[in-house]
Order: sequence, then C-alpha cells, then structure tokens
Amino acid sequence: MIQARISKRFPPGPESAGFSLEIQLQAGPGVTALFGPSGAGKTLTLDAIAGFTRPDTGRILLDDQILFDAAARVNLRPQERHCGYVFQNYALFPHMTLRENLLFAADRQPRLERHRRVNEMLERFHLSDVSGRRPHEVSGGQKQRCSIARALIGSPKLLLLDEPVRGLDAPLRAELYDLLRNIRADFKIPILLVTHDLEECFELAEEMLIVREGRVVQSGPPRKIQEQPANVEVARLMGISNLFEAEITALDPGRNTSRVRFQNYEIAGRYFPGHLLGDRVWLCVRAEDLRVARHNGSRPELNQVPAKLLRISDRPQSVRLEFAGDISVELSRQEYERQKENKDWLVEFPPSALKVL
Amino acid sequence: MAINWFPLWLSLRVAALATLISLALGLWIAQLLANRKFPGKEVLDAVVTLPLVLPPTVLGYYLLVSLGRSSPIGRFYEWVFGTSLVFTWQAAVVASTLHAIPLLVKSARAAFETVDRSYEKAARNLGASDWRVFWRVTLPLSRRAVIAASVLAFARALGDFGATLMIAGDIPGKTQTAAIAIYDAVEGGDTLVARVLVLVLSAVAMAIVYGANRLQQRQVTG
Repeated sequence: MIQARISKRFPPGPESAGFSLEIQLQAGPGVTALFGPSGAGKTLTLDAIAGFTRPDTGRILLDDQILFDAAARVNLRPQERHCGYVFQNYALFPHMTLRENLLFAADRQPRLERHRRVNEMLERFHLSDVSGRRPHEVSGGQKQRCSIARALIGSPKLLLLDEPVRGLDAPLRAELYDLLRNIRADFKIPILLVTHDLEECFELAEEMLIVREGRVVQSGPPRKIQEQPANVEVARLMGISNLFEAEITALDPGRNTSRVRFQNYEIAGRYFPGHLLGDRVWLCVRAEDLRVARHNGSRPELNQVPAKLLRISDRPQSVRLEFAGDISVELSRQEYERQKENKDWLVEFPPSALKVL
Repeated sequence: MAINWFPLWLSLRVAALATLISLALGLWIAQLLANRKFPGKEVLDAVVTLPLVLPPTVLGYYLLVSLGRSSPIGRFYEWVFGTSLVFTWQAAVVASTLHAIPLLVKSARAAFETVDRSYEKAARNLGASDWRVFWRVTLPLSRRAVIAASVLAFARALGDFGATLMIAGDIPGKTQTAAIAIYDAVEGGDTLVARVLVLVLSAVAMAIVYGANRLQQRQVTG
C-alpha cells in the first residue's frame, strides 16, 4: 500500500510559468494509472515517491514505512526506498550486458543467491538467449523486459512505470500488457503506471487517477470515470468528443424526462437529478453512442437533427464522421457501408446516451 | 659523443607521476563540480582553471612561497620526510601536477555532466551508493573523455618548464628535466644535444596528441 500526500511549488522563472504540484493518492496491490496530459506532474509524482525530488510539504508512506515526512524531517534516500522504477527510456546501463544490468541490481542479495536470482529473472522474462548482449544490441521489447526485470529483481515493495508503451508498436504493446498482468498477479505489490494513453488505462488499470495541472481531478475505475466524468476537462481527457454548451429547458422527474437545448437543436433526455431548469450545462455524448440516418426531407423523428457532413476518417475498427457544429459520430464499418450513399444526414441522440456536467 | 638521457627519463617519470596524481585529484574535484551544489563551486572551478591561464613563472612563484622551507607546508614536509621539498624532483612532480590538473578537471567535469542523468538515477534507485554509482556508471560512461584528457595532461606535464625551473631548479642528474636540459644545451652551444632532445620530445608529444585525437574521434562516433 502506497499513500502519498505531497505538494511542491516551482516559482515562475524568466522562461517558465510557475507550477505547483498537489497530489494525494493511495494505491493498494494492482495497477493504478496516473493519467493526464504531458506536463501535468505525473512523472514528478513518481520522482517524489522514488526520492529524486523533494516535496515541500506532505508525507509518503509505503506499507508501514515512512519514506518522506516534511514535518518530521524524514527524507529517505532513493537507495533506501525499495521502489522499483522503470524509466521512460529504460535507462539500461549501455556499457553493461543485460546480465550485468541485472547483477548490478541484485547487488544487495547474498552472493550465492545473486546468480540464481539473475538466471531466474532472465529465464522468466525470456532474456536468457540475449543475456550476453548490450542494450543497443537487443530489440525494443527485450530492452523493455530487461528494464522491468531489473526493477523487480530486488523485490521492491512498489513498482513505478513511466510511460512503458511509449515508442512500442502494437504487437509489443500487447506483449507488455500480458507481462504486466502476470507481474500484477505474481508480485502482489502496488504498481503505479504513468501514461497518457487511454487504451493502456482500460487494458491494465483497476484504478485510475486523472492528473491535470498538478492535481488529481478525479479517481476511480476507468469505466466508471468514463461513464461519469467529474467535469468537462475530464470528459475531454477520457476521449469523449461531443461536448456542447447547453441549457436545460425542461425537467420532469415524474416521467423521467428532460429537454436540452444546444446550438440550434432541442433534444429530449432522461431526467437529470441535481440540476435545475435553465441551468447552463455541458452536454456530453460519446461518439460511439450517436446514430445516423438518411434525411429524406420528411420530418425528423424524435432526437434526430439534420447535420451537414464535413469529413469522413477511417479508424482501425470504425469510421468516424464529423458533422458541422463539432458533432462526431463513430460508426462500425458495416453500419457505415449501409449508410454511405446518404446525401443528407440526420444525427440521432439516443436519450439514454445524454449526460450533462 | 654520448647523449645524457637522464633528463628525458626524469621528464617521463615526473609526467607519469603527475598524471596519476592529477587523475586522482582531478576526478574527485570534477565529480564534486558536476554533481554537488555547494557555495563557492564556481570559485573552485576558477581556481582549478587558473594554472591554465597564468604564466608558469607566476605559478612557480606561488609554489615557492607556499612550499618553501619557511612555509607551514614546507616545514611539515620537512618534518615528515626529513628533507626539504623544494629543489628536488618531487617538487617537479608538484609543479607538473598543478599544470596538468585543469585539463583533467575541465574535460572530466564536461564528460560527467553529459552522462545521461537517468543512468545515475537508475543506479541510485537500484540501491547503489554514490561511490558505486560513480565507479560503475558515471566513470565508465565517460571513460573515453577521461582517457583522452589524461593523455593531454601527461603531454602538458611533460612540457612544463617555468614552474619546474622555479621550484625544482636546474640540477643536472637530479632535477634537470628534458625541457630544462634543452634550454641549457642551447645556452651552452651544445646544438647536437639540443636537437636530439627537441626531436625526441616533439615525437613523443606528437604521438600523444595523435593518440588523444583518435580516442576522442572514436568517442564522437560511438
């Protein structure tokens, strides 16, 4: 269990804006993702936990050991913190072979144990065949695995991963996800994963913390956050592309209905608890939840609005249609094939898909 | 006629010792300058660089004043070893060391500072002490620059004239180094000896600089 409540202030310099980090987090065994745009303070948080940067105030607790406590003037050196750290560029020592890299990390183990442990890790991470090579002589995936093996060989109480999929192609990503799932199952330690890849959060993380401008703005299981983003920034970060400024024009708790006006459209939704008539809100709909239909000139049905198609872009699994007014719709390929002859389009907003923030 | 090779051997011996001492001292100072933050850091850097820009006679004068028989250091040396430091070949080592150190500190500091910090971070994260980080990571990763700098330091120590002359003097068979012997030979009209020593010293220097350049080029290309 890692618990941290830290703050650190960087005063504005001649060429940089000021930045302040105020992070509170708690993570048990399993993967917790720190997700957010670059410059949000995610890596800084890992560095503070690992002891490479000293927070101004706060406390960091790993299991029952105090790593840092500003009030009690405790600040353990990085060497004493027992946090495995997988760096963004792997940071494998270039002048050592993979085996020597692991041996360097196993230095704290008893002499006889050391070689057995290194061999075991090489085997486990499928590196035995290339153990005599230097990092620049092995593939990206092998480097990746070696840096994880090196971080784990000293039996850390916490694993920190800084953007591990960066620069890896799709098959290697899949391999890494499998590897991390195995590690999660076998080591039973908290794993903090810094990423700005949403897919990775959904693949691996039980919990995610959305970090923005040095603060945790929302936390919870990825699916939950996507269903109920705390605000419009979180919604944007979670890949929800349809966000419209809107006004609630009708609310009827008895019939569980509401009406929302945005741009020139007025559509019906479910009742929105906690909102009042006339509230200015953000209407938020996932592109996958919208549907399209052919506009044949007759009166559109409920919640169908006419829209002008601007752009069509292909996605690996889908087709994305962008309409005037910043409305985007993501269709399955079959659905698109069925509709692609449409001349004029209607976009349908299913009432159950509407959310307001 | 037979040429007296003693000055050349003395020069090589003095330069080799001076290089070793300046390596030990220089690497220590360089890693302090590269890794630590402390008040007076840039002052230390400037002081270490000074021998590079001062006239050798100024350096020699400082040495004479600080190591002479009436100075505290000079008296301490005499109390420990029973003999004065000035006007011995050991004094020539001190002078050459001082001359060689700036080159080493400058190059080593630059090399240490260009080592990717993430390697040092990784090493510390894996539990390595600062000492171990330096010996196993920082130094091996900057070894080419350090070797090239020590070669240059050796060449510079080999060529020292002014400071050595002032503190070690010109005692044939005792403190007379090659550079000083050449001066003596020219003064005494002994052109053959002067020519031979000049050629040999030039050849040694040439070989050293060529070797250092090769090393540095290899470092650039990896």
